[in-house]
Amino acid sequence: MNNITIRVCMGTGGIAAGGTEVLDTFIFLMKQQDIPANFKKECSTHKVGCRGLCARDVLVDIIVNGNRTTYQYIKPGMVQKIIDDHIVAGNPVSEWQVTDDYHRFHAKQLKVVLSDCGNIDPEDIDAYIEAGGYKALGKVFVSMDPQGVIDVIKKSGLRGRGGAGFPTGVKWEACRKAPGDQKYIICNADEGDPGAFMDRAVIEGNPHAVLEGMAIGAYAIGATKGYVYIRAEYPLAVERLKKALIAARERGYLGKNILGKGIDFDIKVKLGAGAFVCGEETALIASIEGQRGMPRAKPPFPVHSGLWAKPTVINNVETLANIPYIINKGADWFSSFGTEKSKGTKVFALTGKVKNTGLIEVPMGITLREIIYDIGGGIENDKQLKAVQTGGPSGGCITPDMLDINVDYESLARVGSIVGSGGMIVLDEDNCMVNVARYFLQFTQSESCGKCVPCRIGTKRLLEILDRITKGLGKESDIELLERLSNDIKSASLCGLGQTAPNPVLSTLKYFKDEYLAHIRDKKCPAKSCKDLLIYTILENACKGCGACLRACPAGAITGEKKKPHTLNAKLCVRCGSCFDVCKFKAVYKE
Amino acid sequence: MEEKLQALIKEFRDHEGNIISLLQETQELFGYIPEEVVYRFSEELDIPASNFYGVCTFYAQFYLKPRGENIVTACCGTACHVKGSDRLINNIKRELNLTGDQNTTEDKKFTLEQVACVGACSIAPVVIINRKVYGKMTSDKMAKELKTLAAGRQ
Repeated sequence: MNNITIRVCMGTGGIAAGGTEVLDTFIFLMKQQDIPANFKKECSTHKVGCRGLCARDVLVDIIVNGNRTTYQYIKPGMVQKIIDDHIVAGNPVSEWQVTDDYHRFHAKQLKVVLSDCGNIDPEDIDAYIEAGGYKALGKVFVSMDPQGVIDVIKKSGLRGRGGAGFPTGVKWEACRKAPGDQKYIICNADEGDPGAFMDRAVIEGNPHAVLEGMAIGAYAIGATKGYVYIRAEYPLAVERLKKALIAARERGYLGKNILGKGIDFDIKVKLGAGAFVCGEETALIASIEGQRGMPRAKPPFPVHSGLWAKPTVINNVETLANIPYIINKGADWFSSFGTEKSKGTKVFALTGKVKNTGLIEVPMGITLREIIYDIGGGIENDKQLKAVQTGGPSGGCITPDMLDINVDYESLARVGSIVGSGGMIVLDEDNCMVNVARYFLQFTQSESCGKCVPCRIGTKRLLEILDRITKGLGKESDIELLERLSNDIKSASLCGLGQTAPNPVLSTLKYFKDEYLAHIRDKKCPAKSCKDLLIYTILENACKGCGACLRACPAGAITGEKKKPHTLNAKLCVRCGSCFDVCKFKAVYKE
Repeated sequence: MEEKLQALIKEFRDHEGNIISLLQETQELFGYIPEEVVYRFSEELDIPASNFYGVCTFYAQFYLKPRGENIVTACCGTACHVKGSDRLINNIKRELNLTGDQNTTEDKKFTLEQVACVGACSIAPVVIINRKVYGKMTSDKMAKELKTLAAGRQ
């Protein structure tokens, strides 16, 4: 009897692409044909040497007696053929299998945090235990004292993966030494950076690793209570996290007298209510306490006075998910990856105009070129790479001439960008850098909590200036004003949000001043992206008179008879770009 | 409803007394935060109504007005932005006849929301319709979905 396992991607990406329907079809048809198989709900976000490529969903693994075949872009209608040809007759359907670039996507990656993600069923605690889960917790409780745990983490060189890169072991030690009758550990899963989704993927794919990491951290610092502060925008992650909590309690990995060792620790889930600033430690604490999530001045730091004024450690999801692996495999193993000051691996969300978008985990110090061209497969539609934006609204841009830079905390900081939480957005020639800066400012402006003046009013003024530049109303003096204002906001703001909000402006000004000047002096957007500066025309010799643009135009600006070239009335045009999108003959020209 | 409200108030008194949780559960009941409920909480719990208002308006997920039957959430994250979410949103607005800051249609059939990032960047641009995630959305596909919904609920 053949041993058959079918794995279907069921993360947010997989479900959106129809993963549920594909899995249901497999279950239905296999039952009908009386073929026994284990159905594992797989997280699309990862798999050792495999997943992460959400753009190819639905990805399906068929494992027959240990031989794995991976299919891409699977739809329910293709399931019958896979069953007939592959499972019954033993001939895999070659044309639907993943291609070479799929394997190249994984070749340069190194999975630690994501090593079990996608391999195991996130809703099944036994799958995690089978893969070595909760072994680290047992090891810590039986054979290590809290200081011993802290020493291992310090020695490993693990730094906070949420953005700031503070050494985790040092943070734990400070909290352990802080006086207090009650201590807390909080997992920060308020992943608010637009363009980042690694925390969602880790929780959706392997929630128990995060819980185990928290329990080990709690033991090290002496906490008996923990919180996971998670965004309500991640419903699937919340659901899987809650299921994992229940299962862990049932098995005695959480709750009273854990593993019979007389240690108590339990975790509560707190749903964020939609505020980016709550990713900041002190704001997050205020939010858990039920208040408006506004940061306060530091010191005192949360390790001394945090939640309910008690010593509190706040760690990011990815940081915590690293912990069990470090305990199991040792500090030396972990620190063998990476650079001198940045150890281990980092998960990045590679998105934008790159061929292979998805979640990647790479050793610290890998070059940006390797990420974009080897893992990412190069730029979509073979266009020109313009910049890579890292660190989201707090980060900056890296230009093509700096592609050989090592990706680690120090090197990125040197060129005015940051690792941040791990968003990596690839921009091509069609992206306007002034517009990108404006986009981030719009975000930070609306997410500013309003407590301190430099951030509340400063970002508003910055946004207004960028707004007028993209509308062709900029003034020559705006450049200097942007620079001055940015530096003032950076130095005078209370928390990280304000202190980093001007970074996208400063960074684009530094590398793309020409584009700013083109908007201001020539009233032109070189990337043809700023709506107000565009003029649309229909090229008479290319237009076939199909009428597609005429039907698409919401303003009635296009006229013409069938099969004869159409004309566009610039006075009526609202520059929505609908005609440009629908034209199959490239007859709509914009400049 | 009255019983449920009483239960919420009791829970608030007996447990940690967290305004955010109280409001989240209230919204679960009503679909939004009705003004009269806030005044009621304020009186019974002896907390100024302004505190509730402060929390409601601080967090993006609290609604002070009733919402439409169908919730269309357009992602405006960076990846979606560079893949043209702006234009997609403008088209949705046009399709639903929403003007200016208006986000719920006159007939209360649709509410259009914009969120910063839903974390599905690799399938950008993303739109969520009634909690179902749609990736690689185009204006055409969007128009079809909206038409189906509008027809289905009549």
